[in-house]
Amino acid sequence: MKANSIISLDHGSGGLASQNLISGLFLKYLTCPQLRDLEDCAVLGEFAGRIAMSTDSYVVDPLFFPGGDIGALAVHGTINDLAMRGACPLALSLALIIEEGFPLADLERVIASVARCCEEAGVAIVTGDTKVVPRGKADGLFVNTTGIGIVSHRVEISGKRARVGDAVLISGTLADHGITIMSCQAGIAISGDITSDTQPLHRLVGALLEEDSGGVHVLRDPTRGGLATTLCEIARSSQVGIIIEEELLPIRPAVNTACEMIGLDPLYLANEGKCLIICEQDCADAVLQLIRRMPEGRDAALIGRVVEGREGQVSLTTRIGGSRLLEPLTGQPLPRIC
Amino acid sequence: MKGADAFRSREITAPLVEEIIRSLVRPVRIMEVCGTHTMSIFRHGIRSLLPAGITLLSGPGCPVCVTPASHIDAFVAAARLPQVTIATFGDLIRVPGSEGSLATARAAGARVEIVYSPMDALTLAQQEPERLVVFPAIGFETTAPTIAATLLQAERLGITNFLIIAAGKTMPQALEALLSDPELQVDGLLCPGHVSAIIGANAYRPLAEKYRLTCAVAGFEPADILAGLLSLIRQINEGRPRVDNCYTRAVTAQGNSKARALIDQVFAPADSEWRGLGIIPGSGLVLQERYRRFDGLHRLAIPLQPTREPKGCRCGDILKGRLLPPDCPLYGTACTPLLPIGPCMVSNEGTCAAYYRYSGHKESRHRQPETTN
Repeated sequence: MKANSIISLDHGSGGLASQNLISGLFLKYLTCPQLRDLEDCAVLGEFAGRIAMSTDSYVVDPLFFPGGDIGALAVHGTINDLAMRGACPLALSLALIIEEGFPLADLERVIASVARCCEEAGVAIVTGDTKVVPRGKADGLFVNTTGIGIVSHRVEISGKRARVGDAVLISGTLADHGITIMSCQAGIAISGDITSDTQPLHRLVGALLEEDSGGVHVLRDPTRGGLATTLCEIARSSQVGIIIEEELLPIRPAVNTACEMIGLDPLYLANEGKCLIICEQDCADAVLQLIRRMPEGRDAALIGRVVEGREGQVSLTTRIGGSRLLEPLTGQPLPRIC
Repeated sequence: MKGADAFRSREITAPLVEEIIRSLVRPVRIMEVCGTHTMSIFRHGIRSLLPAGITLLSGPGCPVCVTPASHIDAFVAAARLPQVTIATFGDLIRVPGSEGSLATARAAGARVEIVYSPMDALTLAQQEPERLVVFPAIGFETTAPTIAATLLQAERLGITNFLIIAAGKTMPQALEALLSDPELQVDGLLCPGHVSAIIGANAYRPLAEKYRLTCAVAGFEPADILAGLLSLIRQINEGRPRVDNCYTRAVTAQGNSKARALIDQVFAPADSEWRGLGIIPGSGLVLQERYRRFDGLHRLAIPLQPTREPKGCRCGDILKGRLLPPDCPLYGTACTPLLPIGPCMVSNEGTCAAYYRYSGHKESRHRQPETTN
């Protein structure tokens, strides 16, 4: 491999090589004026509303997978974390930790993806940082994004606000991202069109809250730990019970098949573009209709309800009418022997 | 409806449940032998549909759970060698030995890779000729044929850096040992679907006759399990124990003779230690002499050291169906899925892990109030 086709420790030195990387690659794709100024920080101006802030680091393996890559995840993930508190995203930071020897072409692919996702989402990278560590001290590329957003004063969304009688909705199919990554790692080719669901949800949430008159209580994106773990967190924070109907859960048949093959439960696999909505029963229909009209919510479904008693517990009514408790994920999801 | 969906629909299962309720005339104790049955029973909430008179006990059918600490210690010892890469089934890596697990060895720098089949381990050996790839060969009759086939493939390709640590087990001998225990009170056996596909439904006949035990071979979908339970209850009512094959779409009376021939070609029976059950004569699979060059213990000079069961752990009684998980003093307190002590808590399919995850019993019934000194 040619010396100029890989990342070297010089690229993280802050010297000439760093400057070349910034101007030749980063600024080629990331074009926000605040970033171009190359100041120590970005000054964003004045905004009316409460400031929301979130940060997340991305270490996904493989870096490129069907339906997305680490760059798309890093943009969407932080936008979604902001959106889940009802915040409209304003700006993102982008920090990279790159392993010495990482191919420049791959880095360019990731940055182009970041730029494309930012443009689609209407959010800019306003500040950034790059570090290079010696070979073996990191696994290719790690990405961190931090985002800030504005929450309208009337919006009060929190995992503590699920109330008895509320409806539980999911904005689309479950486990697509998790099973895509697990099967890439396992080297298993899945039949059917299974790709990561990575996508931004701030527009869906924005539309939802614009129509909302206080009926929406909880929004959560069921990422790591999947739907089951997220529901358990909500049940505990809100001190309520939650019952989910297996029959109502939207899961693609190919995802189900792959889960059975590898021995994984789709309820515990990550989603990167889905939103769990807990709202008053009276507005559940309207919410469903609204989000089903949007591309990111077209497979939305009512999946359960919040119930009295059994505080902190989540149970699943199985397809055959049985009942089982859903526990938070323990450790990593591990494939079974047979 | 297609595929498995047909076996998980309420239209199919509800009449079976009604018939079970109608047929049950006295309390019965039924042991499901296979870990996948245990999981499926919990996962589909089957217990919640059954009448109180049916007690389901989980037998020794989780291959990860019955792998003793001595074998785990050998896997870990191999993992710690600088030239070795362990290529293992995922659910083995958290199983504790007497000094840590493959997961803790990995955290300390050992190379431990998760594979989905023994063939993947062989591929890894081809990709990394400078390393020794060791596959911990656990499992029952279900996994043994693929391990045997992998080894024969390695031989054909002349691959010399692929080794296994033979730790396989066979089910009939373990069932015989269990059933000969006079303390075991079981009315019926739900026989494992996958294992039976290899050994055949007839393999349980001697047990049914000798111990006058009702047997039903069942698949893993809810309708399969319910049909198996119904068959057992009817047999118990009639007082005519036999082996009923309720899984004819996968299991024949004779089983899969090709797969059994593969096992016999590569492995030989030997006495084997089962976690919680001790040594069971003739229940293990060791490599035939002519395949000894694939034997990881031999090549790496790793001894199998006898180990002691963890103090207070009642996994043995749970595997025998004598106790339910909450009857163990460690359950839910010292032993949880995150920090398992006994084998039954480790694998997803372990009885205690499944109980902990799905049943709502999170604490031991024997939890003592703390005393102050």
